[in-house]
Amino acid sequence: MEQTVNNPLEASSAYNFAYLDEQTKRMIRRALLKAVAIPGYQVPFAGREMPMPYGWGTGGVQVTAAVIGPDDTLKVIDQGADDTTNAVSIRQFFAKTANVATTEKTAEASIIQTRHRIPEKELREDQILVYQVPIPEPLRFLEPRETETRKMHALEEYGLMHVKLYEDISRHGHIATTYAYPVMVDDRYVMDPSPTPKFDNPKMDMMAALQLFGAGREKRIYALPPYTKVKSLDFEDHPFEVQSWKDECGMCGATDSYLDEVILDDKGNRMFVCSDTDYCSERQDAGHRGPQHHDQPLGTSHSNGKAAE
Amino acid sequence: MTRSHEPLLRVSDLTMMYGDRVGCRNVSFELRPGEVLGIVGESGSGKSTLLRSISAQQEPTKGTVEYHTRIDGIRDIYQMSEAQRRLLMRTDWAFVHQNARDGLRMNVSAGANIGERLMAVGDRHYGNIRNAAENWLDKVEIATERLDDLPSTFSGGMQQRLQIARNLVTSPRLVFMDEPTGGLDVSVQARLLDLLRGLVHDLNLAVIIVTHDLAVARLLSHRLMVMQRGEVIESGLTDQVLDDPQHAYTQLLVSSILQN
Repeated sequence: MEQTVNNPLEASSAYNFAYLDEQTKRMIRRALLKAVAIPGYQVPFAGREMPMPYGWGTGGVQVTAAVIGPDDTLKVIDQGADDTTNAVSIRQFFAKTANVATTEKTAEASIIQTRHRIPEKELREDQILVYQVPIPEPLRFLEPRETETRKMHALEEYGLMHVKLYEDISRHGHIATTYAYPVMVDDRYVMDPSPTPKFDNPKMDMMAALQLFGAGREKRIYALPPYTKVKSLDFEDHPFEVQSWKDECGMCGATDSYLDEVILDDKGNRMFVCSDTDYCSERQDAGHRGPQHHDQPLGTSHSNGKAAE
Repeated sequence: MTRSHEPLLRVSDLTMMYGDRVGCRNVSFELRPGEVLGIVGESGSGKSTLLRSISAQQEPTKGTVEYHTRIDGIRDIYQMSEAQRRLLMRTDWAFVHQNARDGLRMNVSAGANIGERLMAVGDRHYGNIRNAAENWLDKVEIATERLDDLPSTFSGGMQQRLQIARNLVTSPRLVFMDEPTGGLDVSVQARLLDLLRGLVHDLNLAVIIVTHDLAVARLLSHRLMVMQRGEVIESGLTDQVLDDPQHAYTQLLVSSILQN
């Protein structure tokens, strides 16, 4: 049964609702259902060409297009920020093709598409988090053969994953993997949480929101249903730990969030700010102040640009 | 040497055909714990085909390969589930390749190479894994300060010894070796053979060693099988076969060794 969603609010009739045709969306939804049924398992899907280059979130955009409805409110973040190029263009894409409401507020969004970060604010059962994934296969860099990695997943042969962590410790004295840190999902599948910093790994565990992962170039979809057990791999004598910072956020004074380093000048001055812009501005609105906030009597002016990863 | 009456491995009537061509034909033998069996023959005689078939890498056209597993007793390896077979291959069995690069992970350190099998069977204590790796480096006569070096920085002989350490770390009972000394110079060969002989004796390993080098066969193996055109033409105790060859081809093989 093919049918075009007739959205009364549709702005541009040149596109079907949310850009993709209905048949494609059904195909993606089928893959999503399978992915939700087998948490952490990579489901192949017939990824389409999207009007943006690979690496810009074509996987995430297709997943969002398949799950979004006219009543949804969309938030898009890149490195935690709502105002970066990638986030702005994807938000505009859906505002134009689906005519949905968009927001920068985590609490107001029903769908959040993200490139790296999980919002600091705890997500709810009525929210969906969509990840853009560059390399879905956690075993890829150790085992280049796809046939072999599939077999390893099927037979739960995950010793190789620890070989990587072993190498980290023997070279750096600690597990130096800071992003795409491998996790065990529901005691069964080892999953790559994409370029998400390991700081956010604990948030994936038993999260109330549905988490969907889309890899456009590799044409894979995987998912974490609400309240799924997600455990970061580690050694008994080198347990998993998240990054920590000596500084607080320069703008809002937060000490519990993921901080970006911003270089202020060529004299070694720098500041740290929350990578989650919504979290930071909400705290500032509530009256929290960091040492480098405008209100503070400080001689140095600072740039608004985010430090690149 | 302890030898039980129960065979560790039993190969019955094994035939491997490549279309119309014979890989090996009607091979039967038994191997007991702690026993070293040499398979010799010229290239193309079916040695490697036979080794691949009995080491679960290539299912034979006909015949069975049965192995005495630690838990379930005698099992036909090709009737096991793939998961069981792969577990067997990386715990109770070992495979030493002719080219060490085929058996090593060249992009991770020597320590990680040795530790891989331990991690594969669920060892999750970094300190213990590292200690085991260090122990094994020492056993195969590689300086322990090379633990964090990549195998690509090792010499050919060291790579071969590292491959052996990596294989033996899970205390396998059966080791397959395909020309383990090929491509090494004579002095390195001698050292490696000496090491292998010691390990085989100390760990009571059963070994199937494929070689075209009769000197290697004489030094390591208790029993010998001579192959020609895919068939076993003569077998028996190593010294018996080499000192008193019966088959014309074996006589030719033995007499072709340079002697002075």
